[in-house]
Amino acid sequence: MLAILTPIMRIIEIPMLALQRLLGINRLAWVFLLPNLVLFGLFAFLPVFLNVVYAMTGSDNVLLVDRPFVGARNFGTLMDCSSYLDPNTCREDKFWRAVWNTGWFVTLQVGIMVGFSLLTAIILNRDIRARGFFRSVFFFPVLLSPVVVALIWKWILQREGLLNAFLDWTGIGGINWLVDAQWAFTWSVFISVWAHMGFYTLILLAGLQAIPRDVYEAATMDRASPWRTFRKITLPLLSPTMLVVLVLALIKGVQTFDEVYAFTGGGPGTATTFIIQYIYEEGFAGAPRLFGLAAAASLLVALVLVLLTLVQLWLNRRNVDG
Amino acid sequence: MSRIWSFLTATRGSGRLHWTDWVSYGYLVLGILLMFGPVVWLVLSSFKTQNELDRFPPRFLPYAQETMELPGFDEALPLFTVTEGEYAGEVVAQTRRAAGRAEIVLPVDPETRIRLQATQLEPIERIAFATENYTDLFERFNFLRFLWNSTFITVTATLLMLLVNSMAAFALSKYEFRGRTGVLLIVIGTLMIPQTVVLVPLFLIVTQMGMFNSLWGVIIPGAATPTGVFLLRQYMITIPDEILDAARMDKASEWKIFWRIIVPLSAPAIAVLAILAIMWRWNDFLWPLIVLTQSENFTLQLALNSFQGELQTDWTSLLAMTVLTLLPIAAVFMFLQKYIATGIASTGGK
Amino acid sequence: MKKHILLTTTLAAGFGLAAGAAAAQEVRFMCYSDGNECEVYEDVLSRFEADNPDIDVEIDVVAYQAILENLPVQLAAGTGPDIAKVTDLGGLNEYYLDLAPYVDRDYWAESFGDTLDWYRAGADDDGIYGMHSQLTITGAFANATLFEQAGVEMPGEGATWDDWAAASRAVAEATDASFPMAIDRSGHRVAGPAISYGAQLFDDEGNGQLVDEGFTAFSQQFVDWHEDGTMARDVWAGQGGSTYQDAAQEFINGELVFYYSGSWQVNRMDEQVGDFFDWQVVGSPCGPAGACSGMPGGAGIVGFEQTEHPEAVAAVIDYLAQEDVYAEVTARTRNLPAHLGVASGGVEFEGASDAAQAALNAFAADLPNVSPIAFAYQGYAGNRAMFGITVERLSQAIVGELSVEDAMTRMAADLESAMAESQ
Repeated sequence: MLAILTPIMRIIEIPMLALQRLLGINRLAWVFLLPNLVLFGLFAFLPVFLNVVYAMTGSDNVLLVDRPFVGARNFGTLMDCSSYLDPNTCREDKFWRAVWNTGWFVTLQVGIMVGFSLLTAIILNRDIRARGFFRSVFFFPVLLSPVVVALIWKWILQREGLLNAFLDWTGIGGINWLVDAQWAFTWSVFISVWAHMGFYTLILLAGLQAIPRDVYEAATMDRASPWRTFRKITLPLLSPTMLVVLVLALIKGVQTFDEVYAFTGGGPGTATTFIIQYIYEEGFAGAPRLFGLAAAASLLVALVLVLLTLVQLWLNRRNVDG
Repeated sequence: MSRIWSFLTATRGSGRLHWTDWVSYGYLVLGILLMFGPVVWLVLSSFKTQNELDRFPPRFLPYAQETMELPGFDEALPLFTVTEGEYAGEVVAQTRRAAGRAEIVLPVDPETRIRLQATQLEPIERIAFATENYTDLFERFNFLRFLWNSTFITVTATLLMLLVNSMAAFALSKYEFRGRTGVLLIVIGTLMIPQTVVLVPLFLIVTQMGMFNSLWGVIIPGAATPTGVFLLRQYMITIPDEILDAARMDKASEWKIFWRIIVPLSAPAIAVLAILAIMWRWNDFLWPLIVLTQSENFTLQLALNSFQGELQTDWTSLLAMTVLTLLPIAAVFMFLQKYIATGIASTGGK
Repeated sequence: MKKHILLTTTLAAGFGLAAGAAAAQEVRFMCYSDGNECEVYEDVLSRFEADNPDIDVEIDVVAYQAILENLPVQLAAGTGPDIAKVTDLGGLNEYYLDLAPYVDRDYWAESFGDTLDWYRAGADDDGIYGMHSQLTITGAFANATLFEQAGVEMPGEGATWDDWAAASRAVAEATDASFPMAIDRSGHRVAGPAISYGAQLFDDEGNGQLVDEGFTAFSQQFVDWHEDGTMARDVWAGQGGSTYQDAAQEFINGELVFYYSGSWQVNRMDEQVGDFFDWQVVGSPCGPAGACSGMPGGAGIVGFEQTEHPEAVAAVIDYLAQEDVYAEVTARTRNLPAHLGVASGGVEFEGASDAAQAALNAFAADLPNVSPIAFAYQGYAGNRAMFGITVERLSQAIVGELSVEDAMTRMAADLESAMAESQ
């Protein structure tokens, strides 16, 4: 691999060196950024800009030229509620059900997942045998596609699934997991933690291993209790990594879609319908395709995410600049 | 045996197991069950026939009923053991069954038809892996073509993404320039946009650029991921600036610093990102589904989902295909995880 | 492929044709399978290609999801295939290629009759757009063995939904079957029963309408049946959104007494139930409004206007529409024929057991009972929206998120805003 890459890198060095002489070192940063920014511009911001246009136009036409301008009507439709706490009083009740479901889901999922990831990372950071193997074990589900994750757990949890067969056998008796709103929601949280925990464990583990050993040795000399060591040394030193984990987990949590959609379809009723599913169904899968409404909803979600992330960054402002 | 025991009980040097070690190992063993168990179940299920899949209670291993060829019958007959009545304990072959009654014959005397209640019969079964679930796949479509498309997309997109993202991360972590915070915010802002919600505008853009029904239409839009930039940037920050300054003193060009110093030092993070990138592209479904419509461009995931019709799903083929698509990525992971381990270990001690 | 072109070139040169016309016209056919349809088309069309060396048909087998969700977007962007197998018959009308100039109109009208209407934009449209390749009709399967074990008489001809509900409950109580009844989770599936309960589905101007007395009556009954355990909850309450869910697995495992699905399940029942128990097709029960209607349905093959080779597209579809070819495909895919000539001639389904043959015939015999409303609904351009709304809101009523009354209000409002957006 390296044998192929090295000459390529040598060739790139020639124009880069010329640019470095031309621009100076600090402005060269923009050259490093350029490819990424061009791709972001074309495939992330341009679509979002188009989404803004979609959000302000109506009808079910795909092409923007065919869509009449409606101003803020789509936003009005979404926000038309007598009480935001009770989706039944909203014009777009499905949107608000999805919003509340997502809120609860993210709170539980991020909390549980980060907790377990940290616990797993700490255990894996101990001097245990076969550490590489165990690390792989916990990372393995991350490799599965969301649809496969859903498929596996559906086969296990359906009424005639493996878990119920086991419960029947033990005499406890099976439960119709996916027909009960609370259970379906609980299992959605579970499979989403199951599927993504390995990723965050790995990041946290890398963070833990970057903490210099001598800091701990000093703590051992001072006869600090393990809990105190954890709170006073591990956590603060881990906080830059923790920031990555929290920001990513929160954003990905709000964006949860594929695995739960393939798992419960959002049901029973709307018990596990999350915000991206609402957007997907309104704007893409459903009939007619209400692109405008879907685009408006996606912009509202993005706005909330931006606010949440800014709050997180502000809380961690000392660490963000490294 | 004793070696295994000493292997399992080895601990933080002291030789005796502290209670926290017991808890740790307990947790890890539970982890194996929970993380691997479902996947093992998937693999076993992929060797089952449709009838066996629909069965309740499900059985761990795939079974098939024993059959026997008897003179006078065109097809092999299923075998049963009689549980009660006159013929209790006998092995019989069933010729017909209707409404709870079965017509059977004794293998020694295939001429005489006997009528029994169906409840008196217990099927005789043996373990049988339905390997035809797999072999049928290769007959049904151009598996190698799809494998090649998936591989090409995954490899190209991953390399492109690693290069582009690490360049951006380098700029954001090691340079002081006006607008750095702004760019960082843009990167984080991009995180807020899941592909699902921009599917239609993105499709229109890619079509306008002439990348419809081209593998590049899948590769290029995914090449710049905010997650990658964010992850690498947070890691590169921890690389001490003194190393860069020393290199600059030696008149190394910035590109050389990036390529010779930053990239090797970021290996653990890059390895993690490589695994993620491979996994994302390999498992990608919604996006290729809309960009690639001609079978010569199909990826494995598209082929896999073509087993889902409007009203029927071909589960046996779908499960077998799922396992097949899982294998390469598992292999890649086995290979790369070594690098993560060594990478982390070598930088961890500093 | 290479040989193909070579042959074409030689032929073209021989006949002194312009070189431009010599290159084989590639026609892309986007297909999805519920069984072996695409394979059979591929096989049949290879004969067509042999007869027409200047046309090269490429079949792309995709997930049904791609047809339902992506195809309309691709068509709008001008990047669709030339031919596709579709189910949203009326909804995609604006993109269809009118085959009328290329085919024998009389033959098509005679052979496909009323199903041609499903593909048309409205009453004053007389184009020929699609060939209905497989006809389906909804109807019920009953587990005859369970009835016999329970000693309950199976309700006969003209029995109502109430009769069947009562009988199925009695059977389920007397045997170890878990569920008396189930209906697939689909707006299409409940349309038949709803019509039997008096739902009109169209207003006086011919626009789609969901909520009326009959529809509400059926919805109330349906929700009540879920509450008292007559209906298997798993099917409608185990999913969300407008996701499709069937109950074939429960029926095959002998846990379900009465299963309302449709003719497409026959193959699966035949293969999987085997001799585990006896099953029987009992058609669509009657409602209090007197009708005993199922819903017709199925898929058809259409060409798109944006194709570069309209003649080739028409030739391919016309080939598939020929009586002998249609009969062969029908027999091999084991579907009900929409081709009237094939239907009246009777089809010997390939590899089907006696039970399956009887079941398919029973479904075919139920076709005359289909209400004109059901027939019109199947070809209505807004039916996908209506199916989706039905499933979503009815499910919410079943799981208790909405009362039946609220669900009806929501349905009406949903449909109104859908209509407003899709003039």
